Amino acid sequence: MRLAALAVPLLLTACHWAVLDPKGFVGVSDVTILIDSVIIMLAIVVPTIVATVFFAWWFRASNTRAVYRPGFFYSGRIEMVVWGIPLLVIMLLGGVAWIGSHQLDPAAPLPGNKTPLEIQGVSLDWKWLFIYPDQHVATVNQLMLPAGVPIHFSLSSGSVMTAFFVPQLGSMIYTMNGMVTRLNLIADEPGTFYGEASHFSGDGFSDMHFDVHAMPPDQFAAWVKSTQSAGKTLDAANYGALAKQGVLPAPMTYGAVEPTLFQQIATQKLPPGPGPETGRPDATVSPRTSQ
Amino acid sequence: MFGKLTWQAIPFDQPIPLCAGGLVIVIILAVLAYIALKGWLPYLWREWITSVDHKRIGIMYTLLAMVMLLRGFVDALMMRSQQALAFRSDGYLPPEHYDQIFSAHGTLMIFFVAMPFVIGLMNFVMPLQLGIRDVAFPTLNSVSFWLTATGALLINVSLVVGEFARTGWLPFPPLSEIRYSPGVGVDYYLWSLQISGVGTLLTGVNFVTTILKLHAPGMTYMRMPMFCWTSLASSLLIVAAFPVLTATLAMLLLDRYLGFHFFTNEAGGNIMMFMNLIWVWGHPEVYILILPAFGIYSEVVSTFSSKPLFGYRSMVMATLVICILAFSVWLHHFFTMGAGADVNAIFGIASMVIAVPTGVKVFNWLFTMYGGRVVFSTPMMFSLGFMVTFVIGGMTGVLLAVPPADFVLHNSVFLVAHFHNVIIGGVLFGAFAGYYYWFPKAFGFRLHENLGKAAFWCWIIGFYVAFMPLYVLGLMGMTRRMQHYDVAEWHPWLLIAGLGALIILTGIVLQVVQLIVSIRHRAELRDLTGDPWNGSTLEWATTSPPPAFNFAVLPRIRPNDMFREVKEHARQQASLVDPAAYTDIEMPRNSATGFVCAFFATFMGFALIWHIWWLAIAGAVGAYITFVVFAWRDRTEEVIPAIEVARISRGAAA
Repeated sequence: MRLAALAVPLLLTACHWAVLDPKGFVGVSDVTILIDSVIIMLAIVVPTIVATVFFAWWFRASNTRAVYRPGFFYSGRIEMVVWGIPLLVIMLLGGVAWIGSHQLDPAAPLPGNKTPLEIQGVSLDWKWLFIYPDQHVATVNQLMLPAGVPIHFSLSSGSVMTAFFVPQLGSMIYTMNGMVTRLNLIADEPGTFYGEASHFSGDGFSDMHFDVHAMPPDQFAAWVKSTQSAGKTLDAANYGALAKQGVLPAPMTYGAVEPTLFQQIATQKLPPGPGPETGRPDATVSPRTSQ
Repeated sequence: MFGKLTWQAIPFDQPIPLCAGGLVIVIILAVLAYIALKGWLPYLWREWITSVDHKRIGIMYTLLAMVMLLRGFVDALMMRSQQALAFRSDGYLPPEHYDQIFSAHGTLMIFFVAMPFVIGLMNFVMPLQLGIRDVAFPTLNSVSFWLTATGALLINVSLVVGEFARTGWLPFPPLSEIRYSPGVGVDYYLWSLQISGVGTLLTGVNFVTTILKLHAPGMTYMRMPMFCWTSLASSLLIVAAFPVLTATLAMLLLDRYLGFHFFTNEAGGNIMMFMNLIWVWGHPEVYILILPAFGIYSEVVSTFSSKPLFGYRSMVMATLVICILAFSVWLHHFFTMGAGADVNAIFGIASMVIAVPTGVKVFNWLFTMYGGRVVFSTPMMFSLGFMVTFVIGGMTGVLLAVPPADFVLHNSVFLVAHFHNVIIGGVLFGAFAGYYYWFPKAFGFRLHENLGKAAFWCWIIGFYVAFMPLYVLGLMGMTRRMQHYDVAEWHPWLLIAGLGALIILTGIVLQVVQLIVSIRHRAELRDLTGDPWNGSTLEWATTSPPPAFNFAVLPRIRPNDMFREVKEHARQQASLVDPAAYTDIEMPRNSATGFVCAFFATFMGFALIWHIWWLAIAGAVGAYITFVVFAWRDRTEEVIPAIEVARISRGAAA
């Protein structure tokens, strides 16, 4: 037990285990529950494995010192223990799950009284669009965040279903067309984190990852300013082009965004993206979407 | 005339599937030609294809599972090598091919390896253990098998004609809808599973009826061997869960073929409804697979510890609790959909509760060994390997049932590692344990013991080397189904996982070699006793292989018989019978219904996939008429005369 508790931080420092190296409140809390649960379960798992190996070895047929007890096939006391111990462990763990689910509900606001920054995310085939409604800018395949500021994500999909996940920031959530899911995250310190789509969404799925740049708030404000003054406008027509299937070579930004664009996508006023277009002579047999 | 089917359906521009498919076709043709040249076709037709004997059908199910295991494992090797190579490169498999491979791997391994393996073992063993002559509906049993074979065949046809689904082993909409998957791949998936699903449902009905209605005299419920109890629980789950699968896939078919909007983005379709429905089937499905495996471990651990199963009543209760709870946990497959905290917490806790009866089972096997005389035979090795491995898989499973932990592990390769940990370490090891345990019963000779143990060590070491790195990768944030990746830290772990797959490959090769060696040396490995392991249940009271009628005289179980007394009493009963005591035995007649029905169903399925409507109608009508003809049959049974029964059983005894 104590050894396991010591080993965990050791492993954490030694490797780049993104999930186990969280950089924000949500990620830290998720991982705390993860590690606590593992330790609670190891208390029963390790003795079981040891007992399995030991019983099998000690009671081997060739061991003359082991006592053969063919009549030992029922014991009320042992039955009580074998039902009781797992039950107790699960009661403890169930408590952890209940409290954890409520504290870390993705839709629940984070503790503290800072006003969260609103970001609207849309998964497309096969890229991520992030709209900053209050800053009137948008990015594709990169996510800029002010560190230390809670972020409130509203997420939807412009085509098939997938999931939004930044391992080092914590909880993932599905993105679905015609629906909006909510997620609260925070980056406690500046840094660059790997973000990805974590639900298979078609041929270009493997390229659907993005970098998350968390930066000091003043640097974020400067980034917003410079972005606003440069770049194209994201309107329904541009969005239509972006929503076509394909992989982008590099991240992009938009200096202005049509104000209700996210609502139009989420309420399906803008139709979901088309399916595969390029392909073999007969796409209804076996379309090919990558060239 | 031929719907969407043209020469373009054959992937002449893709060498890998074309060569693989071509090779398979050559092998099949070669085997068929060999059989025809040797003049074995009439024998195969008479004794196997049209057989309604539960033992023959069980063996054919198991054979199907093993052949499909080879195909599914080739897919696994391709995936592991692709991910080992595809660091900052495209590897050797383009996405449209890689996506088909992981979809086919999952579909084959669950529906056409794990399912037929456990159903095959249940088919072979359960009626013998109950002390009866066949299942309740023998011809239906044959229909079930051949419809399952049809499903497997259609999936393998997709290798050469057209494509397979690129949507994963469960086709989540809207990706699987016609707009995003206009190809025939998803249709191959849907029709294969619809046809084989009918077969599985019929098996469930058949087994439930058999276990509830047919027993040897004196075989009360609480005297049934543990494997019969777990077969009953598994069959009940099949009956309750498979109609949900059929209905869900039917809705997706309506969407794709007739423009319905059950699960589309538009027109009020709801993709989360598919998620809910598919997992209402999908979670019980894992218990359909694992429960019979639990039954096998119970038999094996008891036999090779020379002790009755510890806590039999407790085990029965645990089995039934799992059977019921299996339907109350499906939502843990999508905690990340954004349901409220109450919903997530309740389903999380419900999922954990299943760990209690499962834990009870593990402890009871442990105490079965306590005070026993443990013999390390191959089936026992697989059982011990299971007990160690499954506890780890169970732990990671409960971890994934804690919603906040699932929020960072869901859909990652950690999840992939978890379910392989329980499916390989639980279901497959159980199926192998059953295969080694009952092989002498089925064929009258044992399998080579040392090769079996070598295979076991390759399997278990290979498993750990292949899947422990995936746990690590999941904690590094790697999601599943990546065709290529740019994260440098992942690469070494994927190389190790690839090495693990090669160790498992060695295990599979050893198993093939073992089978060939054992067949060649069957004279030395012959089991004349009918009871090579000194078992305790009724299948060990008859000869190896058992006669068509299983028992010349139905065994009678006395109320106070304990452990091996059941078998020993049945053996005494059989040996004391005087020649005049043998009676005529009525056995069901062989029937081609299953084969002919599946023949038509294959054409129907293929035609529906390719929109060849006239052929689809012809196939459906043909399958229907097959049943009408069967229903109008005059003679349902044939009689094995008492003299013949006496001759067979005396001959075996002598």
